[in-house]
Amino acid sequence: MYELKFDPELCASCETIDCLMKCQYISFDLQTAREERDRLNRGEDSFVLHDCVTCYACEEYCQFGNHPFYQIVDLQEEKGIWPTPKPIVHSQIKMYSPKGTFEPKEVEGTAFNMCLFPDFRDSIKGKLFEDTTQLFGRDLFCNLVYLHYAKASVIRERVPQIIKNFASCGIQELVCFHDECYATYKSWAPAYGIEVPFKPVHLFQFLIDRLKENRSAIKKLGFKVAYQRPCSTRLVPETEPMLDELFELIGVDRVPRKYDRETPLCCGAIMRASGREELADEINKKNIEDMLDAGASLCVFNCQGCYAAMGEMVAQAGLRPILVHDLCKLAIGEKV
Amino acid sequence: MDRVYNALKEIVGERFVSNQQEELYLYSRDPGTMDPVWPDYVVMPASTEEVQKIVMLANQEKIPLVPQGGGLVLSGLTIPLKGGILVDMKRMNRIIEVNKNSRYVIVEAGCSHGLLQSYLNQNYPDLRHSLPDSPPISTVGGNVCIHGSGHLSQVYGFHSDMVNGMEVVLPTGEICKIGSCSTSPYWFARAPLPDLAGLFLGWFGTTGIMTKISLKLYPHKRMKDVMLFLTENPEYISDIIYKVTDTEVAEDITISCAPKPDWMDGFQLTSIAIVGRNKAELDFKFRTIRSALASYIDSREGGFMYMPPAMKHNFTEVPLRSTARFADVKKGGGFEYVGAIMPVDKFPDAYRAGHEIAQRCETTYSLSARIIGRAHCMMFSCAYAFNRADKADVDRAKQALHETNKAVLELGGIPWKAEFPAQQLILERMDPNTLRLMEQVRKLMDPNGIMNPGNWEVK
Repeated sequence: MYELKFDPELCASCETIDCLMKCQYISFDLQTAREERDRLNRGEDSFVLHDCVTCYACEEYCQFGNHPFYQIVDLQEEKGIWPTPKPIVHSQIKMYSPKGTFEPKEVEGTAFNMCLFPDFRDSIKGKLFEDTTQLFGRDLFCNLVYLHYAKASVIRERVPQIIKNFASCGIQELVCFHDECYATYKSWAPAYGIEVPFKPVHLFQFLIDRLKENRSAIKKLGFKVAYQRPCSTRLVPETEPMLDELFELIGVDRVPRKYDRETPLCCGAIMRASGREELADEINKKNIEDMLDAGASLCVFNCQGCYAAMGEMVAQAGLRPILVHDLCKLAIGEKV
Repeated sequence: MDRVYNALKEIVGERFVSNQQEELYLYSRDPGTMDPVWPDYVVMPASTEEVQKIVMLANQEKIPLVPQGGGLVLSGLTIPLKGGILVDMKRMNRIIEVNKNSRYVIVEAGCSHGLLQSYLNQNYPDLRHSLPDSPPISTVGGNVCIHGSGHLSQVYGFHSDMVNGMEVVLPTGEICKIGSCSTSPYWFARAPLPDLAGLFLGWFGTTGIMTKISLKLYPHKRMKDVMLFLTENPEYISDIIYKVTDTEVAEDITISCAPKPDWMDGFQLTSIAIVGRNKAELDFKFRTIRSALASYIDSREGGFMYMPPAMKHNFTEVPLRSTARFADVKKGGGFEYVGAIMPVDKFPDAYRAGHEIAQRCETTYSLSARIIGRAHCMMFSCAYAFNRADKADVDRAKQALHETNKAVLELGGIPWKAEFPAQQLILERMDPNTLRLMEQVRKLMDPNGIMNPGNWEVK
């Protein structure tokens, strides 16, 4: 079984303990953070393992790329801690299990990984998506969601085969529609020493490239948008400048706000699944108020899960919910 | 020429009577496992007076009469076991009166639930009635005849409990009013008079033909939502139901334990429907129910499934399309279920028995339950889908139904809308004095034994 590349000595040498000190959901003073960090480093139980909302943020906060969040998840599982009720976890593991009968698909043009979002397939059309072949299904599902459920073992078991399935399609590059897929192949798999024989391409980069190819068709949108940054981008923070470039290309202003960049708030879906409804309500309220206060008229989503969780809420608050690829389609005059 | 046919033609007109094989064929069977039996005639009356004349003719000719609503009972209760005249009530589908402030509607018995739902939505959007999960063509009369239940049953009981009064053509041809309408122009209640409705409700049309029904209506709160609570231990269910019903804020509670899709196998999904006039009311109900089940969430033994708002429609629509979808899962149009009316604390036993029987009989199945009257009882359903063109498949379902009926009775439950063989199992167990009383009532009301003979009779 694949082991996490986590260096406890490197962790112990850290003075700032940003992974815990910057946490938006658990408050620490430096002494408490140090003590809990040391506990975790010794593989002992800590309230962190019980109170963690699994927002993935500590993975971004660690200055050393030492994977504190993946370590937390492994420890949760090892100690039998259930962030989410057992029946929910068990049913989800069954629901998304691979069928195990994957037939390699002939890819023409760019391989476009739709993950498990068949409902969005019709939106991946038009100029920006010409010459792409969509790949999707349970045998290609990244499974990273099980980080929320303290079930990294399921990811470790399934991802190597998923990677083989993609590779069997003869692809060199894989554009990931879902941010979490990109994070799986760019961050999680390398952290566990799993080789990825193709190059994952983030949706932002793909859209930038295609927009540049269609530069003459771009009409600057002039919207003020609030960006709902999803948990998975915490695993691949290097994608943040890509989004800025993308927004600049289409003439969209990402309004500065309290809950963006290094301090975004979760969409709440996983908190609701964990039974933390009050917390989810509270952060949704704070988040949407912040979007409105910042003067946004649209809420841009990168994650389809966040879109499903918050789309209706932001619409009721008067913000237009839109996925980033649809925003790009608008910029070249296509209907969404 | 056929004397009875001509007499029926005289009563309803030529278009609404038939003794043609291709039409009789349709009325000889239902989607369940009961063998077909052909009626001799099918007739579609349009008024109480026409029903009365048909009943008088049947008495004169000593020929059986079988009233039928939507023909969706599934358990063969409108298959004419002894032939005779099948009285299809679908033409009597008028909505006669809505008394808004007293919240009742008077309909003809053949009025379909879909028609009434649509009428109320258009004309009285603040009112509604309790809908079963059968297809919308099922009728109000047929449903109360069998003690049906539906989306408001958790709060208000069986659909037969929601009947204020009725007009009935007795087996001897008299038109009789039951409830306040027997004494007053208003159809508002069965009390304070001696309750004669019990002579007709649950009798499967063996004591007369209902022609008009006054049905209770209820406030229609437009905002609705559903909470889905998932467990993997059937022992928890009766306590969960107790806790949820104790809040008095849940409108409908159903439990689904289907082996398909795969990810549902081994789980119990409790759907809790809530409604509100505004978001604040909905939020309050959400919080109240969540708090009632907090101990399960804290112990991680149960949890609410997260469902994006856009997907909730599949659980909040009334009636639920998924019910009818399962009915044809095998293709070939065969579907029947044992709907056991039983105490809620029998859930784990019923769950185990249902799984065990279905697996032993190798039949496609689905288990579910609907809570009735704040957990006073539940309708536990063991549903079997089969291909009617495949005799072996039909036989497997038949065997599973028979074994389920027996298991239900052994658990202290009673099969609902029991098909003929299940009726026999019930009557065998029934207190002999109760059985004698039923026979005496029936003999007194129907001296010629013409009303749906074979049903509720000792073989």
